[in-house]
Amino acid sequence: MPKNRKKYSPGRALALVILGLTSLAVVIAVLLQGKNIALLHPKGMVAQEELNLLFITAGLMFLLAVPTLFVLYFTAWKYRESNTNAKHEPNRRHSKSLILAMWLVPGVLAAVLALIMIPATHKLEPNKSITADKKPLTIQVVAMRWKWVFIYPEQNIATVNFVQIPEDTPVKFELTADKAPMTSFWIPNLGGMLYAMTGHNNQLHLIADTPGDYPGSSAEINGEGFAGMQFITRASTQDDFDRWLQKTKRSPDVLDTAEYNKLLQPSENNSAAFYSATEADMYGTVLKKYGGSESHHGHY
Amino acid sequence: MKEFLLGKLDLDALPHDIFMIAGTASFILLGLFLIAVLTLTKRWTWLWKEWLTSVDPKKIGIMYFIVAGFMLVRGGLDAIMIWLQQALSSGDSHGYLSADHFQQIFTAHGNIMVFFVAMGFIFGLINYIVPLQIRARDLASPLLNTLGFWLYVAGVIMVNMFFVLGSEYAATGWLAIAPLSGTEFSPGVGVDYWIWSLQISGIGTTLGGINFIMTILKMRAPGMTLWKMPMFTWGSLFSMIMVVTVFPLLTATLFLLFLDRYFGMHFFTTDLGGNAMMYTNLIWMWGHPEVYILVLPAYGIFSEVVATFSRKKIASYKSQVLGMAGVSLFALSVWLHHFFTMGAGADVNSFFGVMTMIIAIPTAVLVFGWIATMYKGRIRFTTPMLWFLGFIGIFTLGGISGVLLAVPPADFQLHNSLFLVAHFHSTVIGGVLFGIFCGISYWFPKIAGFRLNERIGRNAFWCWIVGFSLSFIPMYVLGIMGATRRLDHYDASTGWQPLYIMMFIGGLVIACGVALQIVQIIASVIQKRRLADTTGDPWDGRTLEWATASPPPFYNFATIEPVTTQDAFAEIKKRGANPEPKYVDIHMPRNTSAGIYIAAFAFVASFAFVWHINWLAVVGIIGIIISAIARTFNDNVEYRIPAVVIKKMEEQRKKNAPAKVEEDGEDMSLWEFIKIVLKWAVDVVRKRRLKTW
Repeated sequence: MPKNRKKYSPGRALALVILGLTSLAVVIAVLLQGKNIALLHPKGMVAQEELNLLFITAGLMFLLAVPTLFVLYFTAWKYRESNTNAKHEPNRRHSKSLILAMWLVPGVLAAVLALIMIPATHKLEPNKSITADKKPLTIQVVAMRWKWVFIYPEQNIATVNFVQIPEDTPVKFELTADKAPMTSFWIPNLGGMLYAMTGHNNQLHLIADTPGDYPGSSAEINGEGFAGMQFITRASTQDDFDRWLQKTKRSPDVLDTAEYNKLLQPSENNSAAFYSATEADMYGTVLKKYGGSESHHGHY
Repeated sequence: MKEFLLGKLDLDALPHDIFMIAGTASFILLGLFLIAVLTLTKRWTWLWKEWLTSVDPKKIGIMYFIVAGFMLVRGGLDAIMIWLQQALSSGDSHGYLSADHFQQIFTAHGNIMVFFVAMGFIFGLINYIVPLQIRARDLASPLLNTLGFWLYVAGVIMVNMFFVLGSEYAATGWLAIAPLSGTEFSPGVGVDYWIWSLQISGIGTTLGGINFIMTILKMRAPGMTLWKMPMFTWGSLFSMIMVVTVFPLLTATLFLLFLDRYFGMHFFTTDLGGNAMMYTNLIWMWGHPEVYILVLPAYGIFSEVVATFSRKKIASYKSQVLGMAGVSLFALSVWLHHFFTMGAGADVNSFFGVMTMIIAIPTAVLVFGWIATMYKGRIRFTTPMLWFLGFIGIFTLGGISGVLLAVPPADFQLHNSLFLVAHFHSTVIGGVLFGIFCGISYWFPKIAGFRLNERIGRNAFWCWIVGFSLSFIPMYVLGIMGATRRLDHYDASTGWQPLYIMMFIGGLVIACGVALQIVQIIASVIQKRRLADTTGDPWDGRTLEWATASPPPFYNFATIEPVTTQDAFAEIKKRGANPEPKYVDIHMPRNTSAGIYIAAFAFVASFAFVWHINWLAVVGIIGIIISAIARTFNDNVEYRIPAVVIKKMEEQRKKNAPAKVEEDGEDMSLWEFIKIVLKWAVDVVRKRRLKTW
């Protein structure tokens, strides 16, 4: 056992740790001023409920973790060797009920969490449609290397790396990929992500309640152009959306097979593009290419 | 003809950019340096006979430490490069790395840290300590052990081979998820290097798992029932059972991916009926248990350390063991939580969410058990204990974030974000790496014969804590801001750059911590007479590894006396040791070079598969088979040491034991170390000057 002249002081160390963490928190809080903290700034029902769930779960966990940590560090400090007043019982046996409690406390917590989690998982299942007053909008999304192609089948327009939606309208994103590895579609301000995979038709239902531009990205590594595979989601009023539709309808570009095959060529950091028309059932054709079908609802 | 002889190898494979040339040059220089030192000191035979062909688990353990230590520095450099790129690459600036190169670096970082650092250290500790804890002299199969070690080394060389030939590692992320890892999207040799470095080291791990299960189950000292085993042995046993359960899955998955890539098959491709989701399932069925394979021995280490430094028996021993058993059992049924976002549906997701929460229960029980152990103890704040206390804080953070990730709808928002990256670094650095550091500082006196410097050790610990907080707390925040992982560039408008810069600074502080750990070892060597452990029991330990000398003789224990209680050594100390040990003949395994040869042929075959050199692959495979068969004809695998010789050696050892040096002063501080080094440097320069004059 080392006998150091300068005794190591656990109390002082603990105080320094708390001081350090507090100052770190202050610095980070200052740095975050005016930034988009996507998960804490939900702009739609799905993101909001997912955030609530995050808070509830984190709260429950802190309920167990904070007292546990406190007791642990307090015990370590109280029974330090230099504290000769504290009792020492090297062969102490712990009662059966204490051991039972050790299992029961986290067990009950896990049960409570599970009871919250299971209904929430069913409610927030991405392929479940959102009930709202307005008629839902369907947008078909094809992930390519390294760009997002958005097809509006009912409006018969298409875009690249830009998607506009009207506020308070449920949006059904149908996701697939073409000549691309697994890719993940994520608009954090609106809700959680879902994979886009060749031959699969995964469905993600989201809704925006505040107009604004929300960043979207690919959240799964899919090759060299991965970091630049970003898009903007513009939530607007219904009027603005209709005006945008009309404007896009006047675009000289058309998404035909030739243009589609051009898009299929790998390219990085693509800017937004707008097409006034698409070929009929382009999305269905993409799915069938890999043996998938539209009736396939993302289960396997 | 050229294609037949060399496969895909050609002059383009030689290094041509600055990073590859630097990497290759550093390997060549390191190699030349080692060759020069060995030749000058005439140590080749010694190295071959005493170390490379050794079957002594203690020597193999030390070799694991050395290789894993080098790999820690190598993987750490990768981490610094990743952080530097991300700190620079915002808006108009694209940093100093290309996207492809950046992706290769984080892939290599993950592979090296998990397979060659964490696994290497864990296997090193199990090798050295488990036989001592169960009072065994060697392992059930000494051959499998040396073979496993050399396959690990072959994997280490393979993962670094791309510097020399090919200039390309996998750019796919550490698990090379299909179809990205297929030839369609990754046509180069990078993924093949990935496959084969993991494949051969993984097979070595499986062999090690089988060997340690046999050893722990069959070779314990008489009287040591399962319920008397030390906690680290328990953790290792559960870990090894999991190795044997899931590593064959890794082997099979890698083999299927190899078939896809080498023979153009379609297991995981996007077309012709391939199913990439199958790959994701298979790789995570191995990948999730893998982290528990690493953390279970670490739990064992913490249990030993807490008990020893609280001068108390481990509290609720059976409950703790059951906790570990629960972790290892449930760890097999949670893999799908790595891809809730694939769209499996609410029922499947709920099931795996619940299973993941259940895992939190035994983990919490272990933590409660450690508190109960400290309660009414006498706690000494040595460095191993500090690593434990640091572990608890960081691991709790990882645990809380882990439960958040286990709730599927919350995971939809957190998955593949930096929050996830921060989560698993909290568990793997906090749990596994701190566990390894804790174990090494705890058992160092046993291994080296002198303990480590406490003061510099504390400095290193605090660098790790400060560096970890600076780099990973901002990482959690970035994840909440919506930053995905693995970005080589991001928009300036995101406002992420200050946090990325903070992470980079934190990385530098961690690097200081690693540097201090190296300084700590050197400073301890300088002061080794003062730090010497003459008793074999420097910490007032409770388990049997402390019952023999430090370092232990090659036969570990002169006599194998029966064990009657848990914490057997604490009991012996209370009762007093047997004054007149009865010596009997000892059988020890002979050293063998079979492991090296088989691993070398495995390396040759793998290298041939990477470059599509079919004839060389055949040579490698036949070489493996022939060396294995040749070994079976060798009957002379053991030798006997007569009891009289043992007696003589034991008496000699007791006589030669250095007297305890008086504890004058204290451990050298960092400042004193710097002064000593400066003085030495000045002396060297002065002497040179004298000579030239």
